[in-house]
Amino acid sequence: MEQLKTIGRELAMGSQGGFYQSKEFLDLVKSIGEARSKAEEDRIVLGEIETLKRRVSEPDIPKRKMKEYILRLVYVEMLGHDASFGYIHAVKMTHDDSLLVKRTGYLAVTLFLNEDHDLIILIVNTIQKDLKSDNYLVVCAALNAVCKLINEETIPAVLPQVVDLLAHPKEAVRKKAIMALHRFYQKSPSSVSHLVSNFRKRLCDNDPGVMGATLCPLFELVSTDVNSYKDLVISFVSILKQVAERRLPKAYDYHQMPAPFIQIKLLKILALLGSGDKQASENMYTVVGDIFRKCDSSSNIGNAVLYECICCVSSIYPNPKLLESAADAISRFLKSDSHNLKYMGIDALGRLIKISPEIAEQHQLAVIDCLEDPDDTLKRKTFELLYKMTKSTNVEVIVDRMIDYMISINDNHYKTEIASRCVELAEQFAPSNQWFILIMNKVFEHAGDLVNIKVAHNLMRLIAEGFGEDDDSADSQLRSSAVDSYLHILGEPKIPSVFLQLICWVLGEYGTADGKYSASYITGKLSDVAEAYSNDETVKAYAVTALMKIYAFEIAAGRKVDMLPECQSLMEQFLASHSTDLQQRAYELQAVIGLDAHAVESIMPSDASCEDIEVDKALSFLNGYIQDSIEKGAQPYIPESERSGMLNISNFRNQDHHGASSHGLKFEAYELPKQTVQSRIPPATLASTEFVPVPEPMSVRESYPTTIVPSASSDAESTELKLRLDGVQKKWGRQTHSPATSTSSSTSKKTVNGIKQVDGSNTSNSSTWETYDSRKHVEINSEKQKLAASLFGGSSKTEKKPATGHKISKPSSHMVEKSHVRKSSMEIASEKKALVHQPPDLLDFGEPTVQSSDPPSVDPFKELEGLLEPTTQLGSTAAAATNSPDIMGLFTETPGGTHNKDDSDILSSLSKQPVTNMVGGATSTQVAQSSKGPNRKDSLEKDSLVRQMGVTPSSPNPNLFKDLLG
Amino acid sequence: MGIRFILMVNKQGQTRLAQYYEWLTVEERRALEGEIVRKCLARNEQQCSFVEHRNYKIVYRRYASLFFLVGVDNDENELAILEFIHLLVETMDRHFGNVCELDIMFHLEKAHFMLEEMVMNGSIVETSKANILSPIQLMEKAT
Repeated sequence: MEQLKTIGRELAMGSQGGFYQSKEFLDLVKSIGEARSKAEEDRIVLGEIETLKRRVSEPDIPKRKMKEYILRLVYVEMLGHDASFGYIHAVKMTHDDSLLVKRTGYLAVTLFLNEDHDLIILIVNTIQKDLKSDNYLVVCAALNAVCKLINEETIPAVLPQVVDLLAHPKEAVRKKAIMALHRFYQKSPSSVSHLVSNFRKRLCDNDPGVMGATLCPLFELVSTDVNSYKDLVISFVSILKQVAERRLPKAYDYHQMPAPFIQIKLLKILALLGSGDKQASENMYTVVGDIFRKCDSSSNIGNAVLYECICCVSSIYPNPKLLESAADAISRFLKSDSHNLKYMGIDALGRLIKISPEIAEQHQLAVIDCLEDPDDTLKRKTFELLYKMTKSTNVEVIVDRMIDYMISINDNHYKTEIASRCVELAEQFAPSNQWFILIMNKVFEHAGDLVNIKVAHNLMRLIAEGFGEDDDSADSQLRSSAVDSYLHILGEPKIPSVFLQLICWVLGEYGTADGKYSASYITGKLSDVAEAYSNDETVKAYAVTALMKIYAFEIAAGRKVDMLPECQSLMEQFLASHSTDLQQRAYELQAVIGLDAHAVESIMPSDASCEDIEVDKALSFLNGYIQDSIEKGAQPYIPESERSGMLNISNFRNQDHHGASSHGLKFEAYELPKQTVQSRIPPATLASTEFVPVPEPMSVRESYPTTIVPSASSDAESTELKLRLDGVQKKWGRQTHSPATSTSSSTSKKTVNGIKQVDGSNTSNSSTWETYDSRKHVEINSEKQKLAASLFGGSSKTEKKPATGHKISKPSSHMVEKSHVRKSSMEIASEKKALVHQPPDLLDFGEPTVQSSDPPSVDPFKELEGLLEPTTQLGSTAAAATNSPDIMGLFTETPGGTHNKDDSDILSSLSKQPVTNMVGGATSTQVAQSSKGPNRKDSLEKDSLVRQMGVTPSSPNPNLFKDLLG
Repeated sequence: MGIRFILMVNKQGQTRLAQYYEWLTVEERRALEGEIVRKCLARNEQQCSFVEHRNYKIVYRRYASLFFLVGVDNDENELAILEFIHLLVETMDRHFGNVCELDIMFHLEKAHFMLEEMVMNGSIVETSKANILSPIQLMEKAT
C-alpha cells in the first residue's frame, strides 16, 4: 500500500518535468497550508529554519535539492522570518549551468537582496557572463536580475552589454534589455542620458511586445520633459490607431479588447503630450473618438479603457465632441450599480470639471449618494472631487463636511491629508476672517499634531498682518476675536502642541491689545499653559516669550508691572532649566523687566512682528572693537580658505569618509568638500526669538504636487538674510494675499447683494431639481436636496477657483445650453460628412477591412521611423502611404501560429461573463476543458496527487483545492 | 513606477506569494501585509475593489479563498489593474489547469516566473499569455 502511494505520487509529479519536489517540500507546503493561525504558521517556519540551517551546510548537496532548499528559504522570508543565513547559497546557485536552477537562483536573490547588499558584488560577475550567453533564456534571466539588483554604482559594469542586447534577434531579450535601460534611467538618469534615443528606436520594433514595453520608459521620459517628444505624437497616434483596429496579434487581446493595456499606456502618454498643446491635440481627436465608440462598456476592461480616454480628453486641448463623449461615459459610470464604476466615475468627474464645470450639476445626486456611502473608499474619492470643485459659494458646506469627516476617522495619514486640504480651501476661499479662524481652530484642535507647522505660522502671520491693508479696525477686530476664541479653547483638556504654540504667540502679541483683558489675566493663562504642558519645551518657550511681550507692553505703556506669584515661580524654574533655550528666554524676560519704558519700547515694540529687521551680516558694528583689539596686539582673523593646514586635514577626512562608505566600485569623481556657511544671529535680534527652531514634520503641502499654491511672491527678498521666517513666507505675503482680499472684502461689503444672489441661484436651481425628479421618479429627501443645492448651487456663477486657469465660461441659462447642444449635434453631423469624404488618412497604412495576405517586403517600421525625422516628415509619410499598404502585416503574426484557436476559445468563454460578476467576488467563468494550455493537468490527477500527500479536501482547509476561476 | 507590489494572501491572512517592486525589509513587509490584509478582508463584496493606504492604493480581487492584492501609485488606472489581476489568474489557469491555491504554493517559483514576464520595474510589460508562458514551457522541456 505504502509503495503504491509512492508510485502514485511519483507519477503525479512526473508531469511537472524538472520542477521536481521532494516529500519534505510537499509536507512543508501542506503544513503551512493547513496552519490555522499565524502563531501555528510561525511555529512551523521556525522549525523549518532550524532544519534548513542544518541542511544547507551539508557537503555535496545535489543541485535539485539545493534548488528546493532555496525555495524553502523563499517561503521562510515570505512568511516574515529572517533567512539571511541562506543568502549566500542563493548567490551560488546563480552560477549553476542548469537554466532552471540558475533562474531560481536569480529569483531568490532578487527576492532576498536589495541593490545595496554586500553580496551583490558577487553576482555582478555572473550577470556579466550570463548576458553573453548563447541561450537567450539565460540572457533573459540575467536581465531580470539586472532590473532588480544593479544600483547606480554597478550600472557601468553591465551597461555596454545591455545596450548590445537591444539589437538581439530574440524579441524577449530586446524587451528585457529595454526594461533594464529603463531601470538605469530610473536609478540614475545621467548614466543613460546619451542612450535615450534607443527608446525611440525600439518604439518601432516589429515585435508588439517590445513596442509595448518601450512605452513604459517613454511614458516616464515624456512626463519629465514633454517638449522633447512632441515629434512622436504622430507615431503614438498611429500605433494607437492600429491597436484599436485590431492589427496586433490576437494573443494580445483581452476579453475581446485589442491589447487594452497597450491602449491605456498610449492614452496616458497622449494625455501628457496633448496637455495645453492645441496642435498636438488635434492629431489625437480622431483616434480617441474612435476608441470611445469602440469600447465595450459592458466589460471591466472596456470601462478601464474608457476611463483612460476620459483622462486623456480632460488633459488635452478641449474638443467639444470628445468632451460630450466623456460626459456620457461618466454618467454611465455614475449610474452603474457597481461601486468600482462609481469610483471611477467620481474620479473622472473630478478631472472633467476642470474643463467643463457645468457637468457636475447633472450628477449632483449621484455625488451626494457617494458622499454618504458607507464605503470609505468611495467617500474619500468624493471628498477629493468636492475639494476640486470648491468655490467661495460652497466652501463653507464643503469644509464643514470635511472637518466632520476628519474628526470621525482614525487613519492618521488621511487625517493629515484632509486637514491640509481644509486649510488650503479655507485660505483660498474664506468668506470671512472670523470663519477662517474658526475653521483653523477646529483643524488645530482635532489634527493639530498632524498639520504642518507652516500652517500655524501662516495663521500667526495672517493675524499679525490682517486682511485689509488700510482697514486697521477690521484687523484689530480680527485679533480680538482670535484672542477671545483662544482664551475659550484653553479651557479644553488636551490641546495639540502646535496649536498651543500658536495660542501663546497670539496671546503674547495681542492678548492685551484691545484692553478687554488685563495683563494679569493673560499672564495667568499663559503660566497655566506652561505649567499644564510642562513636558513640552517648545510650548513653554512660546509661553515665556509671550509673557515677556505682555510685560514689555505694560512697561512701555507706563504701567507698573506686578508679576503674578505663579509666574514668578515659573521663572525661577526656567532660570534653572536644563534647556538653554528656556533659560535664555527666562533671563531675557528678567532683563527686560528691569529696564525703563523707553528702552523696552525700542527692543520690544508693540505689534511689530511683521516689521523687517535689518541684519548686518558682516557684523560691521564690531569693526571698531576689532580695530582696537588688533592695535592692542591681537591676531587678525584668517578666512577659512586661507588656512592651508586646515584644508589638508579636512581633505584627508573626506577621503577617509569615502573609503569607509563605498563598496570599492567607484566610477565617479569624489565630491567636493562642502563649505560650511556660518550665519550668526547678532544680539540685536534677540527680541525676535519667538520663532523657535522646531523640527519640521513631513511637509504635507509639498507631498501633493497638485495642490494649488497661490502665485509666488517676489523672490527679491530671498537674498537678504532676515528673520527666520522660512516657515511663514509667501503664503500670506502682501502680493499673494490680494486675491483672497478681494473676495472677502466684496462679500463683506455687499452682503445684501450676496444673499440675493444666493437666493436667485437657489430658485433657478429648484427648476433643475424638478426636471431631474420627474425624469428619475425617485423620492429624494429634502435634506439631500438642500445639501446638493449648497454644494452645486453656486456652480452657475462665474466665480471659479483662481488656480484652474480654464477659459470656458459657463452659460447661465438652460436655453444657452440647449442651443449649444443643438449646435454640437450639428457639428457631429457635419463632421460625419467630413469623415465620409475625407481622403484616406496618410497615416493609415492599410486598408482597414482587408486582411493582408502578402508578407511585408520592406520593414514598414523603417518607414514609420522615417516619420520621426521632423524634416522629412511629410515626404516620407506620403511615400509610406503609396508604397506600403501593409503596416498591419507588422503586427499580425506569421501564419501558422499555434495559439490562435485556443486563444479565441478561452477568450470568448471568459468574456461572456457579465461585469457585475467580475466585480468583487469569485468569477463564474467556465473555462472549457478543451481550451487548456498544452501542459495542463487533469483535475483528477491533481486530486489524486493531493490525496497521495494525505491532504484531502475534508481536512481543515478545503479551500486550498478550490479552483480560483470558478 | 506604477505597481509597488503584488501579493497573494488567503482568507486567513496567510501570504502565498509576495513580489515587491521597491525594497522593503522583512519587518516592513510583514507589517505592511498585516495592515493591508486586515483592511481588505474587512470589506464586503459590494464595496469598491480599491482601498487607499498611506500614499498609494491597493486594488484587490478575490478568487475562491485567495485574495490578489496589487499596490499601485495614485495615478494608476484601478480598473485596468483589476483586469491585470484577472489576466494573471487566467494565465496561471492556462498553465496549471483549474488553478488553485495549492498550485501556487507547490509551484511558487513558476508563479514568480510568470510575474517576472508580466511586470518589470513596476510596469506591465507583457500581456500575451503565450509570451508569458513560453519560457516556463521551454524550461520544463529542457529539464
